[in-house]
Amino acid sequence: MAAGVQKVPTGIEGFDDLTLGGLPRGRPTLVCGSAGCGKTLFASTFLAKGARDHGENGVFVSFEERPDDIVDNVASLGFGFDELIADGRIFIEHITINPAELAEVGDYDLEALFMRLELAVEAVGAKRIVLDTIESLFSAFTNVAVLRAEIRRLFDWLKERGLTAVITGERGEGALTRQGLEEYVSDCVVLLDHRVENQVSTRRLRIVKYRGTAHGTNEYPFLIAADGFSVLPVSALGLGHMVHEGRISSGIPDLDDMLTGGGFHRGSSILLSGVAGSGKSSIAASFLAAACAAGERALYFSFEESGAQTVRNMRSIGLDLGRYVENGQLSMHASRPTFYSLEMHLAIMLRDVARMQPSLVVLDPISAFLDAGDHRDVQAMLLRVIDYLKSHGITGLFTHLSHEHGSVQTDAGLSSLMDAWVLLLNREANGEFNRELYLLKARGISHSNQVREFVMTDHGISLIRPYLGEQGALTGSARRAEEARLRREQAQRRLDAEVVEQRLEQRRRRTLAQIDALRAELEAEELEFRSVAEGRRRFDAQAQSDRLAMAKSRRAQAADVGDE
Amino acid sequence: MSETNEMNGAAPLRLTLYVAGQTPKSVAAIRNLERICGEHLGPGRYLIDVIDLRQSPHLAREHNIVAIPTLVRQLPVPIQKIIGDLSDTQKVLVSLQIDTSR
Repeated sequence: MAAGVQKVPTGIEGFDDLTLGGLPRGRPTLVCGSAGCGKTLFASTFLAKGARDHGENGVFVSFEERPDDIVDNVASLGFGFDELIADGRIFIEHITINPAELAEVGDYDLEALFMRLELAVEAVGAKRIVLDTIESLFSAFTNVAVLRAEIRRLFDWLKERGLTAVITGERGEGALTRQGLEEYVSDCVVLLDHRVENQVSTRRLRIVKYRGTAHGTNEYPFLIAADGFSVLPVSALGLGHMVHEGRISSGIPDLDDMLTGGGFHRGSSILLSGVAGSGKSSIAASFLAAACAAGERALYFSFEESGAQTVRNMRSIGLDLGRYVENGQLSMHASRPTFYSLEMHLAIMLRDVARMQPSLVVLDPISAFLDAGDHRDVQAMLLRVIDYLKSHGITGLFTHLSHEHGSVQTDAGLSSLMDAWVLLLNREANGEFNRELYLLKARGISHSNQVREFVMTDHGISLIRPYLGEQGALTGSARRAEEARLRREQAQRRLDAEVVEQRLEQRRRRTLAQIDALRAELEAEELEFRSVAEGRRRFDAQAQSDRLAMAKSRRAQAADVGDE
Repeated sequence: MSETNEMNGAAPLRLTLYVAGQTPKSVAAIRNLERICGEHLGPGRYLIDVIDLRQSPHLAREHNIVAIPTLVRQLPVPIQKIIGDLSDTQKVLVSLQIDTSR
């Protein structure tokens, strides 16, 4: 930035960023554009914000509108113009010239105009001045030579006083202004434009020149909304994205687990694509709820349904978004894609993002824009959104409605913009549709390659363990049938094992019985043997005793003999 | 209306000349106006106020004056303004609707 150019903030949202500080201090700036494109509002904002926020009082010199009208026109924007006037911080000088009652005879100058400006500037100690629009003088006076000399003198006078001036001018044919005011203003020229394309009107602002300083040179859309004039530098001025190491949860633990480390990279752009009814919005809502539950702020742009409708619908899968809307953590903006032009949508989105500073932004769905604009324009717009979000470390979630099942080709243009891509499939098999989810890519995170079936219950969304059947991954009732078949098989196997076991038991029992029988038999035989043996012993004993008795008796006889 | 007034001479012209200091244009305008009135209107038929905005600048705003010199015909209505140094007598007479045939 040149050291010589000091800048004065205009207080116009976005404009000061675009010009790296505002308008050149102490110098006139020409703001030109066709009727109704917001010149007067630009000028009023510059004055009001200057007096209110920057302590620089101002003079509004109106050559057209009456002071009451000027106050009324900006009353709805909350600038408190009338209060600023009452406080002596803004002074409205109304200069009207009725050409019908005016005749010119001889030489003249506009000394009285200078006196009036002088008085007005002194009255409030003005640092800022607006001339709206000085071209009216050309319809009042016929002596162009005098007029041009006086206007040149006026610009010199403004510079001498060190007034930061905004001069408005009507857009002319083939020139910036009808009366060639640009030749007097060499420091800064801002062009406002208002175009209608495809029945959608877009306001655009361009800085035609800004001497001695860098500035954005593109056309930037701007918005005149309930809160005033805002310009949005929609293309990032650089690619110096911050890289974030943190992770952000999808609100679906099973999905987070599919990514090594748990969840998606913070500040990345995530595409959720799928056919109608594949659960895009529900998963998006899950992301939102997770961010809010973590105490962060989230911003949801819906292009299909109203915020209230989303809140209601998501209650059915156990997500209470209404709570977060109430406490301000979640902001929902719903608008039809055709309501504004693409750039206006972009401008509004970026403005809201800048105001809210959320950690997560959801666009649902981006495919809605394809109906509103050219494919390439949509891509350019998304690029700007992504650039902006990335440069601020905000995670972006984009849903995309694909018209073909599992279509990857149609989204090729978007793919390169996205860091992660979750493909939602709604596959028909065996006469039913089942929801499936697949992580097509996730830059910088190793991730599961499984196609997972997911179900939405009143407790939220959950993924079902990947189920591999004989013909690949199975889902829905096919999975359930397979599971049932397996259960039956298992039951059968269990049953078989029981039978074998019972049979063995029986056999064991039979064997044991046999053993018992044999043992009994053996015992019987032993008993018999013992009784025989006892008999024998008794017989032997009897025989012995008999023999002894016999011997005794024989001995007695023998002794008798012997002794003799 | 104005014709009647001029015929019986009942209503004098009320003229106000706004100047800013003693600039050549202002001086010329004063001189030209006095000459034209003196030559084409009888005494008592006109009334000239000269206002120097250098002395009372707020009057520029109050009377909505932009150019210097400005001659305002307050009466008869409607108000008519002439800007310039009044160097062209005929034009001044036409603009002020002064009948020079009399």
